[in-house]
Amino acid sequence: MATAVVESGERETYLNREYGIKSWLLTVDHKRIALLYLMGITFFFFIGGFFALLIRLELLTPAGDLVQADTYNKLFTMHGQVMVFFFLIPAVPAVLGNFLIPIMIGAKDLAFPRINLLSWYLYIIGGVLMLYTIINGGVDTGWTFYTPLSTEFLNTHVISAGLAVFVAGFSSILTGLNFVVTTHRMRAPGMTWSRLPLFVWAHYATSIIQLLGTPVLAITLVLVVCERLFHLGIFNPALGGDPLLFQHLFWFYSHPAVYIMILPGMGIVSEIVCCFSRKRIFGYQAMAMALLGIAVVGFLVWAHHMFVAGISLYAALIFSILSYFVAVPSAIKVFNWTSTMYKGSITYQTPMLYAFGFIGLFTIGGLTGLFLASLGVDVHVTDTYFVVAHFHYIMVGGMVMAYLGGMHFWWPKISGRMYPEGWGRLAALLVFVGFNLTFFPQFILGYMGMPRRYWDYSHSPEFQILNVLSTAGATILAVGYLLPMIYFLWSMRYGKPAPDNPWNAAGLEWMVPSPPPTFNFDEQPVVTWEAYNYDEIKEEVPVAQ
Amino acid sequence: MRNSSVAAANHEAHENPALLHHFATEEQQKDAASLGMWVFLATEIMFFGGMFCAYLVYRYWYFGDFGAGSQSLSVGLGGTNTAVLICSSLTVALAVRAAQLDQRKTLVICLVLTMLLGLMFLGIKGVEYHDKFVEHHVPGPSFHFPGHIPSHPDVPINQQHAQIFFSLYFVMTGLHALHMIIGVGLFAVITFYAMRNRYGSHYYTPVEVAGLYWHFVDIVWIYLFPLLYLIDRHK
Repeated sequence: MATAVVESGERETYLNREYGIKSWLLTVDHKRIALLYLMGITFFFFIGGFFALLIRLELLTPAGDLVQADTYNKLFTMHGQVMVFFFLIPAVPAVLGNFLIPIMIGAKDLAFPRINLLSWYLYIIGGVLMLYTIINGGVDTGWTFYTPLSTEFLNTHVISAGLAVFVAGFSSILTGLNFVVTTHRMRAPGMTWSRLPLFVWAHYATSIIQLLGTPVLAITLVLVVCERLFHLGIFNPALGGDPLLFQHLFWFYSHPAVYIMILPGMGIVSEIVCCFSRKRIFGYQAMAMALLGIAVVGFLVWAHHMFVAGISLYAALIFSILSYFVAVPSAIKVFNWTSTMYKGSITYQTPMLYAFGFIGLFTIGGLTGLFLASLGVDVHVTDTYFVVAHFHYIMVGGMVMAYLGGMHFWWPKISGRMYPEGWGRLAALLVFVGFNLTFFPQFILGYMGMPRRYWDYSHSPEFQILNVLSTAGATILAVGYLLPMIYFLWSMRYGKPAPDNPWNAAGLEWMVPSPPPTFNFDEQPVVTWEAYNYDEIKEEVPVAQ
Repeated sequence: MRNSSVAAANHEAHENPALLHHFATEEQQKDAASLGMWVFLATEIMFFGGMFCAYLVYRYWYFGDFGAGSQSLSVGLGGTNTAVLICSSLTVALAVRAAQLDQRKTLVICLVLTMLLGLMFLGIKGVEYHDKFVEHHVPGPSFHFPGHIPSHPDVPINQQHAQIFFSLYFVMTGLHALHMIIGVGLFAVITFYAMRNRYGSHYYTPVEVAGLYWHFVDIVWIYLFPLLYLIDRHK
């Protein structure tokens, strides 16, 4: 990446200040660390995607004919673990958050630059452990590590997979710690809490979840590893332990983890919607509080993953009601984005297309979440493709859409080059069509009763047509994901040089040069304006490239 | 407050070599470091919290077996260790004070004392682990914990439930000991720099932040000691 820099003799930027592998691997510049993360995260995204394609190929025919049953178990397990722990959770905070938060609040760097680098190394160590697991034959516990299956009955690489997630978890904790301290202590003069971009608020809320949730997963995985190594029985019913305790501890993190994935995406969408509607966000305070509200309520709903696991009816009722409460702040967000667009002067650049996709797909994912929060319907669709479709609408339709939207929106700032707009729009369209074709049939499949994690459905061949549609959609989706990677790489050398503010957008990050200098600001900025002051930005139409 | 301190910072910038480039003032840097440690300690509470939660569940279910397991631990050694840790917290607090008052010799002495007390704790813990090993109280194939539930002489101890007590005992105290080892390591580094006169009233953040961590590890023990050693001693 260091090759694609501004012509020599030009202004010094974070990209051309130093050269060589050492200047990257030992950097403490938050922007360079963001690019290091981008490489790791892109790598794991395609690894996880590769597993997904194999899964879809296997399901093309009712018979289990492409891979063995055990191999299939490994495929969906490693698809889940790689995607959740090495792509979805770190992607937006570690890449875009890392790059943008210091600039957005007017700081020279995060509060702890060396800890930031340490967290990248932890991510890479976790990633290497995950690759070790994959290469040595993988793991087939399901991404959830449920006991006693994972501790007693499987001979796959549970320990190395558990340690991989454990180490990556500490990377996530340190990133969250850095963001919280940075947001509290590093804001520029005049950058009050009520002037923070919602992107920063979203990462603040995300960081709180990372800080309070991840350690619980960490200790749970430590106990699982100890059970395997020393034959302890804390979660093993044969030894007097309780597998439900494992599920409680696991979901105490892993449900809020969904909000770790989606909240940063909501931050991105807020920035994009305002910019391409040329309007201040509707209900700034409500939007910021909704982000925190989701983070807080999100901690109180974990047992809705366990409605059929044998928890008491009263506990289930309470968790069901609490799960409905998450819909309130989520709805505030969706309504306020649409209200922001109301009577705005909307243009349809690539980032905005992704934002539209996010809002629509997140709404579908969120509403089907309400189906699953209601006890009766949940019993019917538990462990079916309905659940699979639901969470992919949130994670892929929501988070990945927002991530790609954000990458397009800030790519000119990150690389100093414009991506090709036409290709961008085409890819956004392909992703949207491919996504819906992949996952909408799965809602129907699940409702008809196709269980998840089955590799053979020859007992009910009527499921095949919907599975074929889904596999076809996954193929389109794969093309839609490959395109941006190709044209982003292409644009680093051949793209048009980006102006400082190609979208004519509000926010401190658009007031620094593209790409920014190493210390972001030559002089300490003093903020005298509110966030999203699009009414004060004269030029109406953003400059499309 | 920040506004004025930033303005003031521009002409005194980088006079203090300990001030990192991206902070405007020493005060901002110190605030960030101590907030960072407090936030980290919040995550540590959740980390230990998972185990305390497991302890709570099983103490409630296997009440008598946990009582019997607790009876087998040595209150003498555990109590000594509690005293050792409380003393080490005092020496840490004195070390921070010494740094603030520029008393460099006292600072080094207090830091060394803290490390010695920490190592003493670990040594005593090792003796306890050794005793448990000899008595076959370590969970696993050779686990053997005969006897009856306290105050119910007709009910024999359930071997599996007692193993869960000892599993939690080893994991909880083991992770606590790991935190102690990390703490001693931190203080070794800080002592190294303290002997080179890096700390004083102008800059003592690392001493203070490591002290916060040390106090936290002590407080965890203050909860572990009664839960593991004392729950069944009132009879």
